Amino acid sequence: MSATKPRTLFDKIWDSHVVERLPDGTCILYIDRHLVHEVTSPQAFEGLRLAGRKVRRPDATVAVTDHNVPTTDRRNGIKEEDSRIQVETLERNVREFGVPYVPILDVRQGIVHIIGPELGISLPGMTIVCGDSHTSTHGAVGALAFGIGTSEVEHVLATQTLLQQPAKNMLVQVDGTLGFSATAKDIVLSIIGRIGTAGGVGHVIEYAGEAIRGLDMAGRMTVSNMSIEAGARAGLIAPDETTFAYIKGREYAPKGEAFEQALAYWRTLPSDRGAHYDKTVRLDAATIAPMVTWGTNPGTVVPITGTVPDPMQEADEGRRAQMQRMLDYMALTPGTRMQDVPIDVVFIGSCTNGRIEDLRAAAAVAKGRKVAVGVQALVVPGSGLVKEQAEQEGLDRVLLEAGFEWREPGCSMCLGMNPDKLRPGQRCASTSNRNFEGRQGPGGRTHLLSPAMAAAAAVTGRLADVRQLVAD
Amino acid sequence: MDKFTKLTAVAAPLPMANVDTDKIIPAGFLKTIKRTGLGVHLFHALRYDNQGNERPDFVLNREPYRDAKIIIAHENFGCGSSREHAPWALLDFGIRCVIAPDFGDIFFNNCFKNGILPVRLPRVACDRLIEDAKLGGNARLTVDLERQVVVRPNGEEIRFEIDPFRKHLLLNGLDDIGQTLQHASAIAAYETRRRAEQPWAPAITAG
Repeated sequence: MSATKPRTLFDKIWDSHVVERLPDGTCILYIDRHLVHEVTSPQAFEGLRLAGRKVRRPDATVAVTDHNVPTTDRRNGIKEEDSRIQVETLERNVREFGVPYVPILDVRQGIVHIIGPELGISLPGMTIVCGDSHTSTHGAVGALAFGIGTSEVEHVLATQTLLQQPAKNMLVQVDGTLGFSATAKDIVLSIIGRIGTAGGVGHVIEYAGEAIRGLDMAGRMTVSNMSIEAGARAGLIAPDETTFAYIKGREYAPKGEAFEQALAYWRTLPSDRGAHYDKTVRLDAATIAPMVTWGTNPGTVVPITGTVPDPMQEADEGRRAQMQRMLDYMALTPGTRMQDVPIDVVFIGSCTNGRIEDLRAAAAVAKGRKVAVGVQALVVPGSGLVKEQAEQEGLDRVLLEAGFEWREPGCSMCLGMNPDKLRPGQRCASTSNRNFEGRQGPGGRTHLLSPAMAAAAAVTGRLADVRQLVAD
Repeated sequence: MDKFTKLTAVAAPLPMANVDTDKIIPAGFLKTIKRTGLGVHLFHALRYDNQGNERPDFVLNREPYRDAKIIIAHENFGCGSSREHAPWALLDFGIRCVIAPDFGDIFFNNCFKNGILPVRLPRVACDRLIEDAKLGGNARLTVDLERQVVVRPNGEEIRFEIDPFRKHLLLNGLDDIGQTLQHASAIAAYETRRRAEQPWAPAITAG
């Protein structure tokens, strides 16, 4: 690549991490940060052990438990045997291989994609990987961050590199400013609704435009987090003053003179004027309403003022059958107003929406109201530090008084592999990222929405338009 | 990893789009520290009813598809979660090749690490192969990686593309960590250069 050719943010990070380009274009890509959790790592460490290999860069690696852990009191350990074995296996592996570890009872424990940015581990310009598809979250700080499988986890542990083909560049430009009560979650659900769940396959999405620049870091992480739901390998947002202010002073961020040096480098990262994108999509933020999903993939989304769509209106036979299957699973009838759909459970948390800003938004709606009779509403802070901050601000009291449950940090009801699960047939208003069949528990039904919308659902007992509950 | 050269087998038609990895193997079965034994849980919610009995209408519960080694599906197969348990479950069931118009990127990568060949073909070609596959045991497909063709039961050949490096690893059953470690000196040189260029880059220390 010539030095004068304008490059995107992705191109710059990619180019600076290529160790070697193989004859067919496959690159050995250097990895700056490797985040490890209990579910996708045991087989990787076992592979190292069998081959007599070491972890090449323990100082670029950090491990934490999040997927399996219960969100109730953990001081007496984990009851479920298979979960406990996975957690204990991780603890044994980090000891054996010398990998830094955040223990379950440490205040810094939390969802891996919450704690990476929160602790200043995830920094602009880095390559960051984790055996989890929502690694795209870290792209919000201007890092190239993507999920990998367990064999690749082993590859990174052993070599600190990955074999990769370059992705294509896609620009998603969100112009204008968001309307009242519309959030980052509504932006990203709108994007996925527009481009579809495979719209980003083979691409890295760069999010740009006034509405993205106007988001705080929590909002940017929500957007970047769901890049994978559009099929993209990663999402990226150019680092700016909002990013730098967020990073400054965090535990593992550079300090003093080192921070200034880093800053000088980070300022060179944003895409050059005239850089080439293989695909460009534009949205007008002003047209984005609070959104909610009706089906079983995150692209099946309508404004809260909308209705359940009718498969008979779909011309393509395959898509019609797919819609019908979704409606059958979700037990929804075409034409039903989304606001008339009653819910059983509310889940506020996850790597998508488990940050302090998300909990503030939920508490603002919950304040002075009560969770509807018969509804279970969980609030699960994304990390111990988020929980601590929320308690200092009194958010826990607001939520508890309203009848929400206040839990310990973890992935919780996002993915149905710890005690927080939907029962078959239960319908959940969820701030998580996936509404796949069975995602929150076998037979469970998921409607994705923002934290404020989830709180509105909790206090009304149905999917509700938060704009009718809070003043402009 | 077993090498993949040429496979002639029964193919199971699965004409669904967006078969996510939660559908291939639900999270409840990820609490394992092994790679093997997941085949019984493959497509769990599609394959079994709430009592754990097989659903007779699901393709892999019917003859001859219980012995299928190939699956043909629609768009975006393997989207969603990065769980390598998805290819592990497919492999444990006996699947060595998935043919679809496109795939979730992480799943696509994961297949190659486990000796499974994911083949991208246009939707019309997939639909033709699905019709072939519906004919069952007398209509086996052949997937020839060396020649990069899928051979229909009528002898027609459909060419597919694959990265040369991945093809090489799969044909020879090579462990890619071993391949990368042949470039260990380049990795070390890169690390030295980066430390000089970015002395500010922090290290993560325990505690």
